[in-house]
Amino acid sequence: MKSLKAQLHPISEPSFGLDLLEQSFPDDSNSSFKERLSQIGLFPLRPVSIEILQINLGKMCNQVCKHCHVDAGPDRKEIMVRKTMEYCLEVIKTHSIKTIDLTGGAPEMNPDFRWFVESIRSINPDATIIVRCNLTIILANPKYYDLPEFFEENRVEVVSSLPYFTALKTDSQRGDGVFDKSIRALQLLNKQGYGVQGSGLILNLVYNPSGAFLPGGQEGLELEFKKKLKEKFQIQFNSLFAITNIPISRFLEYLIRSDNYESYMEKLIENFNPSAAQGVMCRNTISVGWDGYLYDCDFNQMLELKVDSPSSQHISDWNHEKLFQREIVIKNHCFGCTAGAGSSCGGTTA
Amino acid sequence: MKTYYNPDDLKKFGSITNLQKSMGDKFFSYYGEVFKEGALTAREKSLIALAVAHAIQCPYCIDAYTTDTMEKGCDEEQMMEAVHVAAAIRGGASLVHSTQMINKIKEISM
Repeated sequence: MKSLKAQLHPISEPSFGLDLLEQSFPDDSNSSFKERLSQIGLFPLRPVSIEILQINLGKMCNQVCKHCHVDAGPDRKEIMVRKTMEYCLEVIKTHSIKTIDLTGGAPEMNPDFRWFVESIRSINPDATIIVRCNLTIILANPKYYDLPEFFEENRVEVVSSLPYFTALKTDSQRGDGVFDKSIRALQLLNKQGYGVQGSGLILNLVYNPSGAFLPGGQEGLELEFKKKLKEKFQIQFNSLFAITNIPISRFLEYLIRSDNYESYMEKLIENFNPSAAQGVMCRNTISVGWDGYLYDCDFNQMLELKVDSPSSQHISDWNHEKLFQREIVIKNHCFGCTAGAGSSCGGTTA
Repeated sequence: MKTYYNPDDLKKFGSITNLQKSMGDKFFSYYGEVFKEGALTAREKSLIALAVAHAIQCPYCIDAYTTDTMEKGCDEEQMMEAVHVAAAIRGGASLVHSTQMINKIKEISM
């Protein structure tokens, strides 16, 4: 399967989704995200801190998942270069960033991935370094076989997507054969000590619905995943993060194609939760694009909505004070982060 | 085309309180309480609801609890097994009445 961009699909243009969402719920209407934030006194939305730097190392990936908001895949060539990573290191060093969250695509496919992780660890021995590992990359090529060992050596936390504990649902979202490879990769991570109680090596899983519905209670899902993965495959993990699919990119394409767009948006809006809105991840995170531009979150990055901080929009121009004072850019796709128990890269927020 | 069942009507369920507020409010309060986590998990309750929805053949309930069970992490196999439970009880209910038939056969037969 090709990426939307390679297919020259109109949804691969960020303006397509933004225009559709704006037309469906105009800013001055009662159902716009801006209006809902205003009603609870949260507009304009501003940061409470900048603790997390989420860095997209590139859009290249060995998988082509049907819901991917990055539209990542083997045909995507956008990749972060070492010079941009050096700017990131400077910011991490100077501004006491507590968490560095590495994402992609498959971040491990960036040729400077290991150098970057080792550099972060050497300048900040206490930082939390997270890698969003798609699991199958570990088995994709002999050069990745030692990733579990590399992660352990650098005390990297691993966060991995597993939409379900059965092959049918996992493969329907992530591609044929992905489930079996993911299970083998999880077993390798467990063998390395990841997810094993007392090891100190963190392995968290991400659940996101395989369709046009919201995730249920995170706690209940975690219990079910732990039970089934243990029983069937002797797999252990630490926590499950339940994440809502955001109506952009490939998931938006699916919603439109399956005639679920309107009902899904209605559901997100009906389930708007003020507590979840208080805790959205953009309030303590800056997202860095593969080319070094700065965004309020990974979704805004894919929609090319740069931070509203004109003199500090690139990692090379980082101005902590100005970024902290910025107004967070919100659009109607943000309803995805505020529905129900809320959604962030670390799971629920309410 | 007019039909007796319209999926959009499910969204109007809450408005039944317009005609009888006190009873409607009590019903929804009770309904909410029933589906909370308790001795049974919310997930187990949702699967029961899905099975009952099929037993009573309520299209609104089938739509609502198909979505709800999926949101709660149930897969198609589990959901179908729940429907088979409903079918088994419904089928069993018919069949167990055959004992009455058998009794009557005996009663009126030589």
